[in-house]
Amino acid sequence: MNRSTVTALAVSSALALALTACGGEDGGDAGGDAGGGATGGEAGGLTGTGTGEDCTIEEPVPVGAALSLTGAAASYGESQQKGLELAAAELAEVGGVTYDLVIEDDQTDPRQGITVFEQLTEDSSVVIGPTLSNGAFQAQPIAQEAGVPVLAISNTAAGITAQGDYIFRVSLTEAQVIPQTVAKATEAYGLEDVVVMYSNDDAFTESGYEVFSSALEEEGVTVSETLTFSKADTDFRALLTEAKAAEPDALVVSGLIEAAIPLVTQARELGIDVPIIGGNGFNNPKLMADGGDAAEGVVVGAAWNSSSEGELNTAFIEAFEAEHGAQPDQFAAQAYTGLKVIDAAVRAGCSGEREDIKAGLAGIADVDTVLGTLSINAERDAEHEAVVQVVENGSFTVLD
Amino acid sequence: MQQLLNGVFLGSIYALFAIGFTLVFGILDRLNLAHPAVFAAAAFIGIELVTLGGVSIWLAIPLVAGIGALLGLVIERVAFRPLRGRPDAHFAGLISSIGLAGMIIALLLWRYGPDTRRFPADAFPATTFEVAGARVTLLQVAILAISILLMVGLTWLVARTRLGRAMRAVAENPRAATVLGIDVDRVTATTFALSSALGAVAGALFAMNVNSAQLGMGAAIELKGLAVIIVGGMGSLPGALVGGLLLGLAEVFAVQYIGSSWRDLVAFGMLFLLLVVRPQGLFGSRRVREV
Repeated sequence: MNRSTVTALAVSSALALALTACGGEDGGDAGGDAGGGATGGEAGGLTGTGTGEDCTIEEPVPVGAALSLTGAAASYGESQQKGLELAAAELAEVGGVTYDLVIEDDQTDPRQGITVFEQLTEDSSVVIGPTLSNGAFQAQPIAQEAGVPVLAISNTAAGITAQGDYIFRVSLTEAQVIPQTVAKATEAYGLEDVVVMYSNDDAFTESGYEVFSSALEEEGVTVSETLTFSKADTDFRALLTEAKAAEPDALVVSGLIEAAIPLVTQARELGIDVPIIGGNGFNNPKLMADGGDAAEGVVVGAAWNSSSEGELNTAFIEAFEAEHGAQPDQFAAQAYTGLKVIDAAVRAGCSGEREDIKAGLAGIADVDTVLGTLSINAERDAEHEAVVQVVENGSFTVLD
Repeated sequence: MQQLLNGVFLGSIYALFAIGFTLVFGILDRLNLAHPAVFAAAAFIGIELVTLGGVSIWLAIPLVAGIGALLGLVIERVAFRPLRGRPDAHFAGLISSIGLAGMIIALLLWRYGPDTRRFPADAFPATTFEVAGARVTLLQVAILAISILLMVGLTWLVARTRLGRAMRAVAENPRAATVLGIDVDRVTATTFALSSALGAVAGALFAMNVNSAQLGMGAAIELKGLAVIIVGGMGSLPGALVGGLLLGLAEVFAVQYIGSSWRDLVAFGMLFLLLVVRPQGLFGSRRVREV
């Protein structure tokens, strides 16, 4: 074999690598038709007697959850699993209605998510998840077609619930949280011009960027430069040097936690000391654990206020710490809330049938949760107050 | 100035990775696609040595190099040696090394899980210097120095030492080398060990430099490593260094002058143009060696 053949091999394998890198991410079917009254399962045992707190249902209500327990989103999925299990254990103690919680792993892979959803929709009265919006867009139409209600507990992208009338969520969208974050930060820091950075190869961070840029415009903050990176990037020094040259009042970043940590450390290393305003991806205690001092001054909007003094919230944190020996994060709090909201929906009609849960979820209004007083609006999205946090002395504190 | 330095440091990582890659590629004419897996494995093992073993970073790097060398021996033994008698040994080895890479990554996943890992914040002194208004960390300087040292050392080894002569003889014609009394298997194994040790050091330094180690980090740099050795000239060690630096600079200046979205397009486009102008690469010899 001569050298040019080897070169050709090298070039072709390089090309193959480039091609695989570009694959994936095709849109998926938007919404299916409403599945009609396809209430499956063994009818009868799931309808109970009494209402609200006195509701008694003979059989356990089957609840499926598709979470990313391995793969890139594993850290989120693990938190969610802990939150769900805690909620299930607490609900079992209340009595009257019990839940048979089945958690499956979608491996942070939308294709795997479809398989998991197909399996879960067979037996479950309601499905929770999946962890990431990317996967949700692909998997939810299956539940919609089968007539199984879905409750999203962490998805923040726009259009999740627009996929069908069986899709609900308890998580606030980026569109709800980011404008509040930007407004608060503008007020607190007197922002005039900022540099925006986002990864442009991920649906979640791209939609976050769009919300950021319209929110900044609304607040009258100038964007002096917009820089893009790839979600697989780990070296941001070139971009950050550009950002630094623009001398912004703050950096605004829409990226996942995997990018957030190196980005924040490298920014501080290059001497960028201004606040860094992040999207939901930054809302993770790992930022402080792994970023150390560099994380100081990071501003994140969140759906859950960990330092809220509410009775429900302090009890949740205490129970979670006792069970898992660690502080819960927002993903755990939202998952915990998700199952509690399902319980409220089940008790409202005192039935574990799919159609009744769907009606119950649609009627959720002013329910007290660890996230605050929560309602589900006509778009089947949750509404409750967001909280703007800043990292101070290694932990999130409320920005004011 | 800051961007120039950013480019040089980014490039020196590419170079360090590519030097190991090109050693096997250039001298043995084997494309070892398990190299990126060694790169990732070294980062994770290095982190474990420092966090759990309490080993200092200065000791961890030689240790990682040693583990890398062992991995190199395994790769040669498992993925390449059994296939060397086949008429399509080059291609078969390429495929079997991809297989082995998959196995190494799967083992890492089993051992360390899918999470991104990091060296502890105080593993490396966080000293920064101001050079002409630009900020430079001690780590970055160390990476550049290590790359240049290894490049010079290897060039000397290949050109001047007995082992280097044996390597070149094997590359020229394995059968003739055997006739001359060279233990071809031993020389091949040594080359693999050296190459993987370099890949391992690159992996550990890379993870420190960007403060994160992911299972996919090898795959992310693989493409760039291949581009660097082709542009630098097949098997040319100085070529790998210069090619790496060029790619790093091209990426950085693409960000500065054209826009961050165009970074890869511009960087790879420049390398492509360079190949059109100089098909043999920067330091490649024009003469095609018939093996």
